[in-house]
Amino acid sequence: MSLLAIQSLKKSFVTPTGEKKVIVDIPHFLLEHAEQRALRGESGSGKTTFLHLIAGILAADEGSILIGQTDMARLSESERDRQRALSLGYIFQTFNLLQGYTCLENVLLGMSFAGKADKKRASEVLDRVGLSHRLNHYPRQLSTGQQQRVAIARALVNKPRLILADEPTGNLDPATSREALRLIRETCSETKAALLLVSHDSQVLSTFEGVQDFSLLNKASNEGGAK
Amino acid sequence: MNLFQIVLRNLRQHLLSTIITALSIALAGGLLMSIWSVKQQSEQTFTRVNSGFDAVLGARGSKLQLVLNSIFHLEASTGNLNQTDYDYIRRHPTVKRAIPIAVGDNLKGYRIVGTVPELFTDIEYAPHHTYTLREGKLFDPTKKEAVLGEFAAHQLQLNVGDTFHPFHGLAYDPRNQHPETYIVTGILKASNTPADKVIWIPLHGLQTMGGHDPKAANDISAILIQLRSPTSGFVLDLLYNKQGNRLTFAWPIGAIISDLFGKIGWFDKVLTLIAYLVALVSAAGVLVAIYNSMAARSRDIAILRSLGAHRRTILGTIVLEAATIGALGMILAFIFYFGILSLVSAIIRSQTGVMLNIFSFDFVMIWAPTTMIALCALGGLVPALKAYRADIASNLAPVS
Repeated sequence: MSLLAIQSLKKSFVTPTGEKKVIVDIPHFLLEHAEQRALRGESGSGKTTFLHLIAGILAADEGSILIGQTDMARLSESERDRQRALSLGYIFQTFNLLQGYTCLENVLLGMSFAGKADKKRASEVLDRVGLSHRLNHYPRQLSTGQQQRVAIARALVNKPRLILADEPTGNLDPATSREALRLIRETCSETKAALLLVSHDSQVLSTFEGVQDFSLLNKASNEGGAK
Repeated sequence: MNLFQIVLRNLRQHLLSTIITALSIALAGGLLMSIWSVKQQSEQTFTRVNSGFDAVLGARGSKLQLVLNSIFHLEASTGNLNQTDYDYIRRHPTVKRAIPIAVGDNLKGYRIVGTVPELFTDIEYAPHHTYTLREGKLFDPTKKEAVLGEFAAHQLQLNVGDTFHPFHGLAYDPRNQHPETYIVTGILKASNTPADKVIWIPLHGLQTMGGHDPKAANDISAILIQLRSPTSGFVLDLLYNKQGNRLTFAWPIGAIISDLFGKIGWFDKVLTLIAYLVALVSAAGVLVAIYNSMAARSRDIAILRSLGAHRRTILGTIVLEAATIGALGMILAFIFYFGILSLVSAIIRSQTGVMLNIFSFDFVMIWAPTTMIALCALGGLVPALKAYRADIASNLAPVS
């Protein structure tokens, strides 16, 4: 059984002119356990919306999103929050670290909502991403590469089954980008977490064996509906 | 990290706003508690102060003026009584003790009151408390000697053995100095009553002070009365106030002072209303402070939500944050409270000799902080609902 199975997934938004616009229309998508897959797509193609739907940040209009046995599309908002905290890790392009919290606290915060805050575990993960000497530093005191490593640690700390990465290297220089990508892929392998990465960066995509074109996957892109 | 740790982080992140808002709460809370407490304590204390007497007999006039003049040593005298009036009341079967006093002189604004030594030896100014000397001895009623209240002695820097010249009138005028020289023979221990700010001299000394009308040499300003039984006041009330028209019998003293507080009750209400308004404005300040920071923290909220925080967790965090600002403010409010109360207490003491107990417990110390914290939490509910309704996806920019 696949880790992630998506069937007839649809999401639309109402435009300011009152028009209903379909953004995501994916008939079928599968991701296996521990698989690492990249989706190629240009800006505005609906990739982020797709990841938000999988993560339960947005509610689907139609279809099913099975993560293991759980259908995210059928859960209430608070149940989706809980599932997100427990089974998913999310790495953002802009890192999305809380500026008022230290590196350690940012990682701990990721554990808190899953109900398993553990300082030792948080320190271990930060050590794994090479930041054991920056535990009590604030994000503003770190380089962009280091900030992304904190974000990676935060996504991995709950040992999720699935990591979603949305343009994770978009804000990094080429050298740092390669390093961050290597780290994401290595740590996912170590924890046997599946990785679904979306990017439009050909250098990033070239490191993946299986790259899928998001515009072919999303019927809404073909119809010019996605934003 | 638990909810409270997240709240503390938020407060630290917006430290300046937290401090200013908490200070405004502190000032409002301190003001509210002070006004309430001063009002309660003054009324309780002043209606209890009777210097050990049940009633006052004086010349025809206002009962309140008579009590203020003879018990609190404020206001002018209503006029004089003669020796016959004193002899009559002293021997009246309903009267246990009658102490005459004469006023009309001062020393640098502190009243000089003529009386008899029995005031200090026979009268309990409060249950089981008689006036006692801190140093020296009582005045000899036949000599030009004085016993000073503790506050007056301290303010005038007078010690046992020092001498002074009285000044005519109740208000100090350096041109009105009497030629007589009085020597300080004793200083009373503080009684926290109006007696503390008085210079006590023999009755005869004041009656015969140079410059006073020799025809009034036996006149007295008022007679302080202890009754044999509480109900015997009715007999004298009938005798002096209803049947007679020359003298006024002020009884019971507590009720007369209570009546004064009743008359100025509107002023208390205005002050209390102002304090309530200040408290409301401060609570609104919490609302505004947090609401204004919502734009800046919408991204943080979206990040917390993306990490799995429920909407109600975010709502709870912001309400708790507002309540915490309220709680911090109310802790600081007690500093303002004791500061304001100390100042007010010092002013009341200097004006009346009566001391308020600033450390006494008042129920306002419970309900004011509780109400204020609840108001702040209520104020926090507005931005909390905004955060509750916030869309995560749009705040997690950029979108690809």
